[in-house]
Amino acid sequence: MQTIQEIQNQIIDEFNFFEDWSEKYQYLIDLGKNLPEFDKKSRIDSNLIKGCQSKVWLNSSFKNDIVIFEADSDAIISKGIISLLIRVFSGQNPEDILSAKIDFIEKIGLNTHLSQTRANGLLAMIKQIKIYALAYQSKK
Amino acid sequence: MLDVYKIRKDFPILGKKVNNTDLIYFDNAATSQTPNQVIDAISNYYKETNSNIHRGLHSLSADATNKYENSRSIIKNHFGAAYEHEIIFTSGTTHGINIISSGLEKSISSKDELIVSEMEHHSNIVPWQMLCEKTGSKLKVIPINDDGTLDMDEYKSLLTPKVKFVFINHVSNTLGIVNPIKEIIDLAHKNGSKVLVDGAQGAAHFKINLQELDVDYYVASAHKLCGPTGVGFLYGKSELLNSLPPYQGGGEMISNVTFDKTEYADLPHKFEAGTPNIAGVIGFSAAIDYMNSIGFNNIEVYEKELLDYATEKLKKIDSIKIYGDINNKISVISFNIGNHHPSDIGSILDQYGIAVRTGQHCTQPIMDHFNIPGTVRASFSFYNTKSEIDLFIDAVKKASKMLG
Repeated sequence: MQTIQEIQNQIIDEFNFFEDWSEKYQYLIDLGKNLPEFDKKSRIDSNLIKGCQSKVWLNSSFKNDIVIFEADSDAIISKGIISLLIRVFSGQNPEDILSAKIDFIEKIGLNTHLSQTRANGLLAMIKQIKIYALAYQSKK
Repeated sequence: MLDVYKIRKDFPILGKKVNNTDLIYFDNAATSQTPNQVIDAISNYYKETNSNIHRGLHSLSADATNKYENSRSIIKNHFGAAYEHEIIFTSGTTHGINIISSGLEKSISSKDELIVSEMEHHSNIVPWQMLCEKTGSKLKVIPINDDGTLDMDEYKSLLTPKVKFVFINHVSNTLGIVNPIKEIIDLAHKNGSKVLVDGAQGAAHFKINLQELDVDYYVASAHKLCGPTGVGFLYGKSELLNSLPPYQGGGEMISNVTFDKTEYADLPHKFEAGTPNIAGVIGFSAAIDYMNSIGFNNIEVYEKELLDYATEKLKKIDSIKIYGDINNKISVISFNIGNHHPSDIGSILDQYGIAVRTGQHCTQPIMDHFNIPGTVRASFSFYNTKSEIDLFIDAVKKASKMLG
């Protein structure tokens, strides 16, 4: 299993290939389309992340000391961004998730392309991921 | 005729680059841009006149008071109020609505009914819901038709003798639709009901005459019509404003204070407690002067031209849906493309330096009516151009293609 930092570095390398914002956006759109949709049962309000203009649902489970995240959104770019977050965080143990420093967003230049509304939404997603990790850690 | 390229020189922000490309500002329904004439009026106030009004005996204070009260006069004349004292300066439309809603707390009872419409901005819904909670009165809603217009037949049937007030917007901020407010007001008056019109979107696009409308209360914000943020006005007929209790206590709003009894000042000061936004008020009247120098008839004709031009081009885009696509509207277009989320379209347009608004536009009931998460809203002003619209159409097509 790759560490959170290794996955982030990989994403940074991938984004280095892109020449302009439109290629980055196209990549996010493709990622969003490839992320499986939630079934109706998981698209429920208690899974909604507050603070996003589009709807973002985040679900998690915990098994063998590993947290699995699933997410969905009604907006495709948001879905692309959460698919990156899932790639980084899903399959890690709670301690690593809690101590992780997230630098890939800045390094792939995504933050400069995000409006304040969307940047707040992204922070809300990361915060919710860490809240889940904290909950599972305290259960142990 | 209006010389748009000459006008654009008055607006320094229109020369700005966003994401390395020329800014195209199509979010005018949220906030309009500010011309040098207004920026200078505010800046000159702080350089030459800044002092407190209505109190000082010194020359500077007298000068500031004159400019502040002269602004009231300009606004009274522009909107056709009967008296200066019927114009109350506020921090904006929302503030004006809250002055009335809190003022009505003692005169509305649990037997009374209030009417709003399905197309109101949240700021013309929530204060009335709060009033209903406090008084036990009932809020009734005029529904909209599928073309976005008000269901006037339903309005007529809602107008029962119990209805004390009707709260309605002049123009829908989301759909741009101009409501038949003269008819709404006349019907309400025949029923013995009073009317408050939310003019946030109306005041900027055409000339309004408050006395001809015979409206009871009218509220608007300066920043929608080239003025500064944080200032607006509440108009009310003298006898109605006189019958309301003050909104806030403090300086300026009193005539005599003792611990036994305090007497309130007359209109308009009764509702202007504390030091007001003097520079903002002066900027507001400078904005009215500026727009009148261009001419509201010219503005109306030109903005209609922009609206028709953009609507025609947008309609050619595959699977586009425009909400409220009727004739009688201001230069606002709310749309979606296929099933694409409005925020996806908006984010991509932003990369092209195009500022539009996406989301619910503080009108969740409209979104629920059409069963959509939101819309992309492009709103044009008299300083926008057809070539900007061309670039916008091009960017919308590219966004739609990217999203697939």
